[in-house]
Formats: sequence, structure tokens, C-alpha cells
Amino acid sequence: MLIYLPIAEVSVNAFLLLGLGGIVGVLSGMFGVGGGFLMTPLLFFIGIPPAVAVATEANQIVASSFSGVLAHFRRKTVDFKMGFVLQAGGLVGSGLGILVFNYLKALGQVDLLVKIFYVVFLGAIGGMMFVESINAIRRTSKGKAAPKRRKHNWVHNLPFKMKFRVSGLYISVIPPLLVGMAVGVLAAIMGVGGGFIMVPAMIYLLGMPTKVVVGTSLFQIILVTAFTTMLHATTNHTVDIALALLLLIGGVIGAQIGTRIGVKLKAEQLRILLAVMVLGVCIKLSFDLLLTPSELFVLGVAGGH
Amino acid sequence: MRSLHILFAALLFAMPAKAEEIVLGLSQDEVAITATFEGSHILIFGAVKRDGTETVEGDLGVIITVSGPKTPITVRRKERKYGIWINADSVEVDAAPSFYSVSTSGPLEAVLKGVEDLRHSITIPHAIRSVGATVEDSKAFTEALIRIRSDARLYSTFIGTVDIEEETLFRTAINLPSNITEGDYETRIFLTRGGVVIDEYDTIIPVEKVGIERWLYRMAQDNAVLYGLMSLAIAIAAGWGASAAFAALRR
Repeated sequence: MLIYLPIAEVSVNAFLLLGLGGIVGVLSGMFGVGGGFLMTPLLFFIGIPPAVAVATEANQIVASSFSGVLAHFRRKTVDFKMGFVLQAGGLVGSGLGILVFNYLKALGQVDLLVKIFYVVFLGAIGGMMFVESINAIRRTSKGKAAPKRRKHNWVHNLPFKMKFRVSGLYISVIPPLLVGMAVGVLAAIMGVGGGFIMVPAMIYLLGMPTKVVVGTSLFQIILVTAFTTMLHATTNHTVDIALALLLLIGGVIGAQIGTRIGVKLKAEQLRILLAVMVLGVCIKLSFDLLLTPSELFVLGVAGGH
Repeated sequence: MRSLHILFAALLFAMPAKAEEIVLGLSQDEVAITATFEGSHILIFGAVKRDGTETVEGDLGVIITVSGPKTPITVRRKERKYGIWINADSVEVDAAPSFYSVSTSGPLEAVLKGVEDLRHSITIPHAIRSVGATVEDSKAFTEALIRIRSDARLYSTFIGTVDIEEETLFRTAINLPSNITEGDYETRIFLTRGGVVIDEYDTIIPVEKVGIERWLYRMAQDNAVLYGLMSLAIAIAAGWGASAAFAALRR
């Protein structure tokens, strides 16, 4: 069944979108990530204009993250104070990201920027996760215990300290502000929630306990992506509500199924699968940048506004 | 009274009497883009009206063009810099139709002379206006524009798809693909003899989003804040709904 999308102005198969939403939803439920880093390139691939794909994906992440965070609300594993501090940085980051996005759109380089961001971040995170989980699997097979994380690092010596009771932390507000800002920039430019960067940053940089990380990350992703959605809707008018609706119906159902599959797998297996998937997307996108394209020319709206 | 006679005579003189004229009909005079829009066919048919004075020599030909709204387009060319392919040179095309289709009753050389094509901007390369290009091989850019839009089935040329019967009746079907945008679609019918245009008939076929498509599009443009809030409300409701539904299933 073909559906004409009112903002994207293309006709696409509704079941294809439901299916894509479902598959990405399963993966995001399994790994506890928003799945934007997979969905946005897939939307490019089926012919949705990049600007619409990025803006609409932000809206879809609001839905899947909200679906996920409710369970964490019930278990009281959301650090609201940390969430709001991350969010304060996130708002500045989103604003900066939109500025950069619109400036590069005017220069005709926005596709390049989005792709480079994807390649760099997916490559770095995927690579790190892959190495880390291989090591973890080796250690468990040798029967050794995982090395204990360092409790104190340079992050703990900065000024403006603040108490985060749920996380059990007494640290400076500067690192969470910076982390929030970085994720905000990414959310605006890449159309992702930034969970795949936020989660490792909270564990390794801020030293938050793992049990509150996912809930807090989801909580702040909702705020950042909601803000990004509003910015894209009011400045670029590129949020396609019909596209978002089809994706999120598939997505929220898929996420619930994915969560069940996720429980049956071991943590290291999950991480290594996620790492392989992230690296796969990264390699595909770097080929686009490195190999001679079949069509050297691209069309854009003149004026760039 | 006398002055009125002169005026009349002058008017008659100003209007060159055409030996052959186009009379036109359309199967539909507007196209509605609904949520389930899968493209559309428009049947264009007509007749050649004659006043009995055959003045022009040569074979009869009919050319029909349908053009979507024209907008400026930037064509960018990728170049390998620092090892990666990035957008480098660009050419601004002043006015490129979003959709363009040419249908003819016979081979182009037979029904249209080059100079007539140029004058009436009939074939695709002439329908695209590009001036002030700063790049040396700007022709490659307009060719790329035509190639990309042709691949997307937006630009097309159909040779010999206009049927002419008895030198009088003509008809053709124009296929509008599902990826067209809204706007006024300018439809032109040219009657040619020996490749020279002897009559032209212009009409507009409006293509519009209707119903929920129109409502959403207008809202996104005119009430952006409300539209954004509505998108968020739907997202949150769906997220909550799925979580609640699956929680209920588990019990």
C-alpha cells in the first residue's frame, strides 16, 4: 500500500515503513539504544530527503524512548537531577547543532557533514565496544574476574561540585554539561538520540552506576529529541508526521519484542552483536565517501534556505 | 459609428486568421494528491478545426508538453578532495520544472524544427533555463539534472505516442508518477506543419494535495509550533500506549 508523505513529498510503501520501524525497534529493544543511527541511513536509502529523515527521526525517538523510560520510572532507576543537568547542556548543543546544520545546508555540504559524523562516531564507538567485548569474553573463558573500574579520575577534580543522590555521585557539573552538549549537537545533526554515545560516556566518564545509566539516558534523550523536533519543525518545516507515525507504530511494537530477545542473551554477546552492527553501518557509509560514486552530480534547492 | 468600424477592422487585421486551430478536451481538469496517491493518468484529446483555407505546406504534427512548477535548482558536482568525495563546483539553474513530459505524434526531426523548438522551449533541454553559469562545462550540469530527473521518471520524452486520426482528431495519455509535487501544471499543445508551429493552445492543470495531506502540509508551514507540539503529543501517546498495552499483555 503506497502512502504519499505530505512533507517528504514522496510516495512510499506503508508496510515497508512499518517493517523498518519494527526491525529497528527490535534491535533498539535488544541493545537499549534509540536506533536512530540505523534508521536515519535506512531512510536516506529508501529515498526520503535527508533533511526530512533527520527531523522526523528525532520525533520517532521521542516515542521509542518514552516507551522505554516508563519501565525505568517504575523501577526508580532514573536520576532526574543528572538528567536535567545533561539536558541543560543538551539544549545548548541542539541549538548549536541546528545552526551548524543550517549553515552547511546553505553551503550544500550537509550530506557530507552527516555522513562524516556517522563514520567517525560509529567507527569509534563500534571499534571500542568490539575490542572491549572480545576482551570480556576472553576473560570469562579464562575464568578471571573483570578488572574493577577506577573510581576517581581527572573528572572528579573540577570545581562546581553537585550531589547526585540516585547515582550516588558528588561531582562537578562541568562534565555532565559538556557530555549533554555534545549529545545535543549530535542529535540535531545526525537525527539520533545519541544513546550510543551517552551510555558509554556516563559509565566511563562520569562513573555512574550501570543500573541508572539506561533510564537516565532515555530520560534526557526524550528531552533533547523533543527540543530538536520542535526546532526542526519551526525552522525547517521538515518533520513528516505521517512518516513518523508509521515508523513509530512498528518501532514501539518491535522494541517490546526486542526486549524479550535481549533478556535471553549474555551481556557480552549483546555488546559484540551491537558492535558488529555499528561497524557494518560505518563501513557502508565510508564506502560512500571513499568510492567513486555512480552519479557525480546532486540536485539541491537553490539559495539553500 | 465610423470609428467603431475602423476599430473592428483593425482588430480583425491584428488577429491573423488561422487556417488550422486546436480544440481541446481533458479527461480531468485537476489532479488531487490524496494520502494513497499512486500517480495519475490524464487523457488529453482534441481536434483540429479548419476554416477551409489550407495555407501551410507539410505534414501535420502534434506535440504535447506538460510542465510542473518551475523552481531554481542548484546542481552540485562531487570531487575527490582529501581522499573523500565532497560537493565542489555548482551551477544554478534558474528555472527547472519539477516535472516535464513531451509527447509527439512522430519523430522529433519530422514534427519540430530546431529553430521552432528554441522559440517555444519545447524539448527538455530547452525547457530548462540556465544563464550566468560560472563553471566552464556548465552543459554537463544541466545534462546531469536531466539525467537524474529522467531516472526518477520526472522528465520524459515519448515519441509517437500522440495518435492522429484522419488528420483531425488527436489523443494521448500523460502519466503522472507518484513522486510529483503540487502546483500548476502548464499544459501546451502545439500543432505543426512541416515542423513549423502553426497553432499553440495553453491550459493549466492544477495538482493539489487534498484532505489530510493538505491539512498537514499547511499546518506544518503556517502553524509550525502547533504542528511540532502535535508531533510530540502523538509520539508520547504512542510510546505510552505501547508500554501500557504490553504491560497489560504480560499480566
